[in-house]
Amino acid sequence: MSREPVDLGPDGLERGGHLLLQRALDLHGAASVIGGGALDPHLRGWCRSQGHTLRVVGDGFEVDAGTARRGRWRGAAETGPVVDRPPATWGLAARGATVEAGLDGFRFPLDDKQAVWTDEAERLYRDGAAQQWDPATAIDWDAEITHPDEVEDAVVQVMTYLIENETVALLVPARFLAQVHPHFREILQLLALQCADEARHIEVFTRRAHLRRERLGLSTVGGQRSLQTLLDEPDFALASFLLAVLGEGSFLSLLGFLHRYGPDPVTRAVCGLAARDEARHVAFGMAHLTRHASLDPGLHGRLADAVRRRHDALAHTAGLNEEVFDALVLLAAGSWDREALARGHDAVVALKRAMDEGRRGRLRALGFAEAQAEELSALHTRNFM
Amino acid sequence: MDSLMLGAVAYDPKVVTIWEGFRAWFAERDVDFDFVLYSNYEAQVAAHFAGHFDVAWNSPLAWIQSERIAAATGRTAQAVCMRDTDQDLTSVIVVRADSDIQTLADLKGRTIAVGAADSPQATLIPLVHLHEAGLQVGVDVEVQKHDLLVGKHGDHIGGERDAARALIEGKADAAAMIDGNHLLFGREGTLPAGSTRVLSQTPLYDHCCFTVLDGGGDAPIDRFVELLLGQSYDDPAVRPLLDLEGLKAWKPGRTEGFAQLSRACDVFGTIDDFVASVG
Repeated sequence: MSREPVDLGPDGLERGGHLLLQRALDLHGAASVIGGGALDPHLRGWCRSQGHTLRVVGDGFEVDAGTARRGRWRGAAETGPVVDRPPATWGLAARGATVEAGLDGFRFPLDDKQAVWTDEAERLYRDGAAQQWDPATAIDWDAEITHPDEVEDAVVQVMTYLIENETVALLVPARFLAQVHPHFREILQLLALQCADEARHIEVFTRRAHLRRERLGLSTVGGQRSLQTLLDEPDFALASFLLAVLGEGSFLSLLGFLHRYGPDPVTRAVCGLAARDEARHVAFGMAHLTRHASLDPGLHGRLADAVRRRHDALAHTAGLNEEVFDALVLLAAGSWDREALARGHDAVVALKRAMDEGRRGRLRALGFAEAQAEELSALHTRNFM
Repeated sequence: MDSLMLGAVAYDPKVVTIWEGFRAWFAERDVDFDFVLYSNYEAQVAAHFAGHFDVAWNSPLAWIQSERIAAATGRTAQAVCMRDTDQDLTSVIVVRADSDIQTLADLKGRTIAVGAADSPQATLIPLVHLHEAGLQVGVDVEVQKHDLLVGKHGDHIGGERDAARALIEGKADAAAMIDGNHLLFGREGTLPAGSTRVLSQTPLYDHCCFTVLDGGGDAPIDRFVELLLGQSYDDPAVRPLLDLEGLKAWKPGRTEGFAQLSRACDVFGTIDDFVASVG
C-alpha cells in the first residue's frame, strides 16, 4: 500500500484541508500528513469521527483509511434508467442516483410505471414549460368592453362556472402528484405544471369576472356534485380518464366556443390561452391511458364502468345549471335581439354536438369501439367537466 | 429469551431514538433489551448500585464514581465495551490568535473559560493539565465555568460552545474544549478559522463506557458485548444507530484511559461527597 504524502499547509484542516486528506485516503487508502496550525488535535478529532487510524510518526502523522466510508455504500441501489416498480426505499433520490441502503418510511402509492408512465411526458413537460404565460402581460386587461350590462352578467356567470371547474382541475392532479413515486420525475413535473396552469386559469377567470362586477355569479349544488365525483375518485387512471380525457376534453370545445363568441377581447384572450394549456392536459391523459390500456386488457372495462358509475351517481342531479346554459346563449348572441338569441341558442347546441364528437373521437383513439364510444360520451356529465 | 436492562442519561432527545433502535435490534436477536433513562449521572450511578438495572452507559466521570463506590463497598466495576470514538481523545486549551499568552505559565493571573463543572473533557481534564503544569487552579488561574446542564457530565456540547464564545468575545483569556470540537467550532463559525491558537493539548484519555457491577450477575453481559462488537457500519439496519451514537465500531472496554480524570478527581475532590453518599 503506497502512502500518499499530503501537505496541508499552514491552515491544516481548518479551511477545507480535510478534502485533500480524504481524497488521498480514497485513492491510496493511506496518507502521511504534514501541516501547520492545530494539526494534532484537529487530525485526531477528524480521524476519530471518520473511523480512520492515526499514528504520530516523528514530526508528522500517518493515517490509514477506515472501512466506514466504503461500508456506507455496500448494498447501495442504482436507480436508473426508468424501472417498472421503483421501491419506496429509493425515497426522493434523483433517478440515476446511487441510494444508500437502509432508507425507509416513504410511501408512494403510485409506484407502478404501467399506471402513470408515458414516453411523451418529457416532451409534454418541455412544451408546457416553454408555453407558460404571464397573465399580467399576455392579456390586455384595459381592452374596451362595449356590450350591454346583461351580456356582462352572462360573462360573469360563465367565469364563475369556469373558476369552480378549474379548481377541481387543480385539486385532482395535486392530490395524485403527492402519490407518484419521484422516480417518475417527468410525471411529477407534468402534474405540477398542470396545477400551475390551473392556478393561472383561476386567476385570469377571476380577474375577468371582476373587471366590471364586484360580485361573482351563481354556483349550484348540481354543478358541484358533478365536480365532487371527480375529486372523490381514488384511482389515478379513472380520475385521469374522467377529468382529462372526458372533462377537459369537453372544455377544449367550450373554451374554443368562448374564444370565438366571447363578447370582448379579454374574455376571448383568457379562454384562448386557457384552451392551449388544457390541450396539453388532455394530451397527457390520452398518452398515459393509451399506454396503460395497451398493457392492461382490463382497463377499458374499468374506464367504461367509471363513466357509468358517475352517471348513476349524478342521475338525480340537474347537471349543467340553467344559468350557465342561458348565459352561454346570451353570450353567443351578444344582445337581446330575438334573432341574435336564436343564433346564440344554435351555437350552444352546436357546441354540445362538438363536445360529443370530440369525446367520441378521443374514446375511439383510446381503443373503444364506435358504439361504446357513443354510449359513454352520451353518459358523460351534463356539467361538461 | 435473554433479558437485559440498560441505564442511560437523557442528555438529549435523540437518546430515546438511539436506545429504542437498539431495543428493536436486540429483540431480533432474541435479547429482551430495555432501558431506563435518568436525568443525571449521579442518579444513574446510585440506581445502578441499588440494582435497578444491569448495565450502565456511563460518562467517564460516572465510571470513576462507579469504580470508587465499588472499591469502597467491596464490589467490582468493569468497563465492558466502548465506542471507537471513546478512545484516545485529547482536550485543548485555546487562546485568541493575537494573545500574548505563549505558554501555560503565561496563564497565571488570567481567566480560563471551561464547560460544565462536571465535564471531564471541557473542565476536569484541562484543569488537571494546568495543575500538573504547576498552576494552582482557582488561585493562579481564575476559572470561569459555563454550567450548562450539570449532572450530564458535559455530554451536552453547549457548555464548551459557551466557553469558546467567552474566549472570542474577550470575556476570558483561554478556553478548554475537546480536540475535535475546536475544528467543529471553526466550521460552524463560533471560532472563525485563524482566530484562535492551540496553546496546549492534554495527553490522551478515554471517554464513555458500558459499566457492569460484580460481573453483571445473571444478565447476559457476554452476549450483549459480543453482539455489540459484531455490529458493522456496513449494515444499513445498524448504521443509523451508530451515526446517532457517534461511532463507527464498538471496542472492548479498557480503563487505562481514565487515569487523568481520576487524578483530576483526586486533586479537585469533585466526586468525594457523592461517592461517600452512595458508598
